[in-house]
Amino acid sequence: MDQARKERLIKKYAYAQQTDMPGAGGPGPRPGRGPGRGGRNMAVKKPENSRQAVRRLFSYLEQDTGKLFLVFFCVIAGTVSMLAGSYMLRPIINSLTEEGGNPQKLLHSLILMAAVYAVGILAQYFQQRIMITVSQGALERIRNELFCKVQRLPVRFYDTNNNGDIMSRFTNDLDAVGDMLNNTIVQIISGVINVTGTLCLMLYTNVWLTLVTVLMVPLMLKLAGMVMARSRRFYKAQQAALGTLNGYIEETITGQKVVKVFCHEEVAQEEFEFLNYDLRDKQIFAQFFGGIMGPVMNGSGQISYSVTAIVGGILCVLRGFDLGGLTVFVNYSRQFTRPINELSMQMNTVFSALAGAERVFRIMDEEPEAPDSPDAVTLDPCQGHVVLQDVTFGYNPDKVILKKISLYAKPGQKIALVGSTGAGKTTITNLITRFYDIDSGSITIDGVDIRNIKRDNLRSNIAMVLQDTHLFTGTIRENIRYGRLDATDEEVEEAAKLASAHHFIRRLEHGYDTMIEGDGANLSQGQRQLLNIARAAISKAPILILDEATSSVDTRTERHIEHGMDRLMATRTTFVIAHRLSTVRNANAIMVLENGEIIERGDHDELLAMKGRYYELYTGKTELD
Amino acid sequence: MKRYMKYVRPYLYAFILGPILMITEVAGEVLMPSLMADIINVGALNHDVGYIVGKGLSMIGVALIMMIGGIGGAWFASKAAVSFSADLRKDLFRKIQTFSFANLDRFSTGSLVTRLTNDITQVQNLIMMGLRMALRAPGMLIGAVIMAFIMNRQLAMIFLVILPIMVVAVAVVIRVAFPRFTILQKKLDALNSNIQEMLTNVRVIKSFVRGSYEEERFARSNAELKNSGLNAFKIVIIQMPVVMLFMNTTTLLVVWFGGNQILTGRMPVGDLTAFTTYVVQVLSSLMMLAMVLLTSSRAIASLKRITEVLDAKVDLTDEDARYSQVPVKHGKIEFQNVSFRYYKNSEEKVLDDIDLVIEPGQTVGIIGSTGCGKTTLVSLIPRLYDADEGKVLVDGIDVRDYSLKNLRDGVGMVLQKNVLFSGTIQENLRWGDENATREELLEASRSAQADEFVQNFTQGYETELGQGGVNVSGGQKQRLCIARALLKKPKILILDDSTSAVDTATEAKIRETFRTTLKDTTKLIIAQRITSVMEADQILVMDEGKIVGRGRHEELMKDCEAYREIYDSQMREEVLA
Repeated sequence: MDQARKERLIKKYAYAQQTDMPGAGGPGPRPGRGPGRGGRNMAVKKPENSRQAVRRLFSYLEQDTGKLFLVFFCVIAGTVSMLAGSYMLRPIINSLTEEGGNPQKLLHSLILMAAVYAVGILAQYFQQRIMITVSQGALERIRNELFCKVQRLPVRFYDTNNNGDIMSRFTNDLDAVGDMLNNTIVQIISGVINVTGTLCLMLYTNVWLTLVTVLMVPLMLKLAGMVMARSRRFYKAQQAALGTLNGYIEETITGQKVVKVFCHEEVAQEEFEFLNYDLRDKQIFAQFFGGIMGPVMNGSGQISYSVTAIVGGILCVLRGFDLGGLTVFVNYSRQFTRPINELSMQMNTVFSALAGAERVFRIMDEEPEAPDSPDAVTLDPCQGHVVLQDVTFGYNPDKVILKKISLYAKPGQKIALVGSTGAGKTTITNLITRFYDIDSGSITIDGVDIRNIKRDNLRSNIAMVLQDTHLFTGTIRENIRYGRLDATDEEVEEAAKLASAHHFIRRLEHGYDTMIEGDGANLSQGQRQLLNIARAAISKAPILILDEATSSVDTRTERHIEHGMDRLMATRTTFVIAHRLSTVRNANAIMVLENGEIIERGDHDELLAMKGRYYELYTGKTELD
Repeated sequence: MKRYMKYVRPYLYAFILGPILMITEVAGEVLMPSLMADIINVGALNHDVGYIVGKGLSMIGVALIMMIGGIGGAWFASKAAVSFSADLRKDLFRKIQTFSFANLDRFSTGSLVTRLTNDITQVQNLIMMGLRMALRAPGMLIGAVIMAFIMNRQLAMIFLVILPIMVVAVAVVIRVAFPRFTILQKKLDALNSNIQEMLTNVRVIKSFVRGSYEEERFARSNAELKNSGLNAFKIVIIQMPVVMLFMNTTTLLVVWFGGNQILTGRMPVGDLTAFTTYVVQVLSSLMMLAMVLLTSSRAIASLKRITEVLDAKVDLTDEDARYSQVPVKHGKIEFQNVSFRYYKNSEEKVLDDIDLVIEPGQTVGIIGSTGCGKTTLVSLIPRLYDADEGKVLVDGIDVRDYSLKNLRDGVGMVLQKNVLFSGTIQENLRWGDENATREELLEASRSAQADEFVQNFTQGYETELGQGGVNVSGGQKQRLCIARALLKKPKILILDDSTSAVDTATEAKIRETFRTTLKDTTKLIIAQRITSVMEADQILVMDEGKIVGRGRHEELMKDCEAYREIYDSQMREEVLA
């Protein structure tokens, strides 16, 4: 990769990295690479974030409290029976050397031990069995909630966020959460039980030695904390880099055909490699710091063991502490540090999970579409009087797209919006459906400001056929029925006929039951548009918006549709956006938009007589004959 | 498996050092108890404080070495696993870059994305775990078994009986679990495409107020995912109890037989204690191995999916190209008896015996009803697909004899379903020619009538386009796509219904520049509007995979019924006006 391009890529992704990994930097020496980026405030906030994330994660387990209690019980039973099993060996072995040891007695003890083992195994099995049910259920709930949440976000969110990154939250991030739910909770419970049990036994054996062992714990925790802080930081960076890479992959693979047509494979590969290796560099550190938790904790556990041995040995010499007690005690001290080690080994999982959970929750916390105002009404039935009054709007506050637009559409009328691309035609439809809210002015339907109509009610009274045609995985029939879920098969066919789609559908191998997959890759663009029209036709919405609805349909077919469309439009208020002026000729009113303003309005003949922009457009076309 | 060696080789040292350093931990763990025993047996017994402190300090030393070994091992293991997967991901992406359109149609976008991300992560986790456990678990297992044999051959025979049964049992569990993980992964794919569909279709969903319907749909596939997850995991979790069952049985057997030996005085008591320790060591190392296998069954399913992509036969390559050095010079196009089907075994031909000659510099209009094969026809020129029968020639050379790079560099195509990428407008245009001068860039942009609106943006050509170019209108997008293709300075330019969202006046201007500045370029224009093609040198009227009329406008008006019908449908009003 040449230097210039590399620099460009660094610049391009610098912003994303800066915002996505605020932790990379922060106070303290930072091993490794990359320019340090400031993150002073974030470092302070972090623990709070993860505490919140943990609390929120656990809230998804709340409804399974009963099951979790069962798990808890199983873990206790399992841990105790394991301990008991190994403990029982001592008396058995002792009895072998005692007077009166015989096979009969041995068999009895072994049967008892087998029973204890069986309890342990069963407890272990049920604990896992219940736990996966709980964790898979919780994951399902989180996914459902995330999906519902994402779906309710305003259109603006989709226009400004990368699909791949959102997808990554559903998959990578939730996977990490799942790993944690599967194992870590059980580990924590059994660890706590082990530590408490052993501590009691230790205290029972020797208080002073216990004190020594316990005093080592803060040291271990301090070490763990140091590793953890770095680990967390790199995990966050890793997760963000993963998101960016995912976004890039998604975008490129989606546009793969364009990549091929432009022989752009090499460049795509380079950019991919840049992101890939960026991820690698961060991931190595994330995995490393996650991975050293085990050795560090194990090592410090061994040190604690050694110190206990030294102090214990000296106690034996100076204070006459018994040797048997010392043997037992050092073993306890190992048992005491082991669960702490095991827990810290889990930190890898926990960090991925928390980083993932935070990214998931960040989306859940996005502002959804503003709720309907409490006095919002339902239009029932809706007539379809649409009035725009001095509507001004811009996607960004500093760039006005529509300036003081006013228009009035009556039921049964066909209003056409024409004008050059980017004049703001599609924006008007975005506003009527409240995909975006207007900045000033008002839009009313049947005299009610649309902001005072329940959003669902508003939208269900509008049927749209959009410029970008998208279909859903499912049969053709299902896709058409999407417009009105309770439509009968006859109505579906009726709508298809109206849209002139019936003919081509019939010719498909399975007719109406042909599966559409991958956004209808097996249909032509025009056929997809026809299905979109059928989908709109089947809905009984009184307002119809056709945004370049027939741009890819050939004119012969369009002419066939026209008849059906006329029938469709006769009872509805229709907004038509089209470049093909022949499509809009017979509209009741034609609005010519330019730079966000309506510069001419009237019917076809009036506009021609005006000899203005419309006339130019129109004659510009005929002049080419 | 062999193919994956190449990802190991560059990091071979890490793959070796990782496990070796991990061994220091095992060695330390074995050493520690004996040092401890010395403190008790020698130091404490002899009241030798110096000895105790000395041994204690060496224990601390061993602990530190263990720690350093562990840290080093973790470093090399991370380095090896992460680098391996990064390189694998790179090659996987590269492979996808070589995919033909037909390959791309077969794998869905969603599944390719999952393979590049999720599946690779699974493999990486496996390697990471494998490297940490690779020597540790088997080392401990083998060591313990050997020690057991040295100590008491008769008792150790129990291991020989139990271990094979146990291995078989674990193998059975994995066998059963494996296909379930494959299903799980499929469900995950389905869920992902469900999410993707929601993201791309959000306007449709919102406008039809189908939010709750979609939520139900998602909930269904989500529940399916959960159930198949439960189905797979519920098998996997049997593994642990099974291992424990066997090991506990072993312990009981050891105590039973050993106990009887002790009772008859054939074995010292101390040996039995040690023996049970070995059982525990074997137990824990086997549990580790089972855990690795547990991860691996999922990872292997992932690896399979990765291999599937790597192994996919790219059905369209330029390996056999005979004139791979030759660029497209003139832009003459010929079709000789070309037929094409989308699905190799389907009856219906999308193109049926097409014969066609297009001279360099000609403008050819292609018109016809939806689904009649227009797009397919032009797709064969830059070899997006290969003809099933017949030949497509460019400049007299079969397109299969060009290198794909030369061919596609010579053919500029604006796809019907076109996309812009996130980045600035300038970056997007430069897809056409990375090294174009500013002047060339503006020139192309002006020709496509894009310059004016771009200049109107506050940041001009530096304006950031969102993903898929969401912040420009449909017509603007199309014009940018045309400019992007023009910047390539192709000999053949194909516009596949690429001006449908551009208004007529602008389109006329674009056509005008084509006439003047692209005189020598062969232009193929697929259009719905008859005005877009009317002045072409040759107009092709297509219907159901055949060319049903060809000639100039006047000729077709005279003797092509279909053409007249199209004309009438669009021009009727004019006549009336």
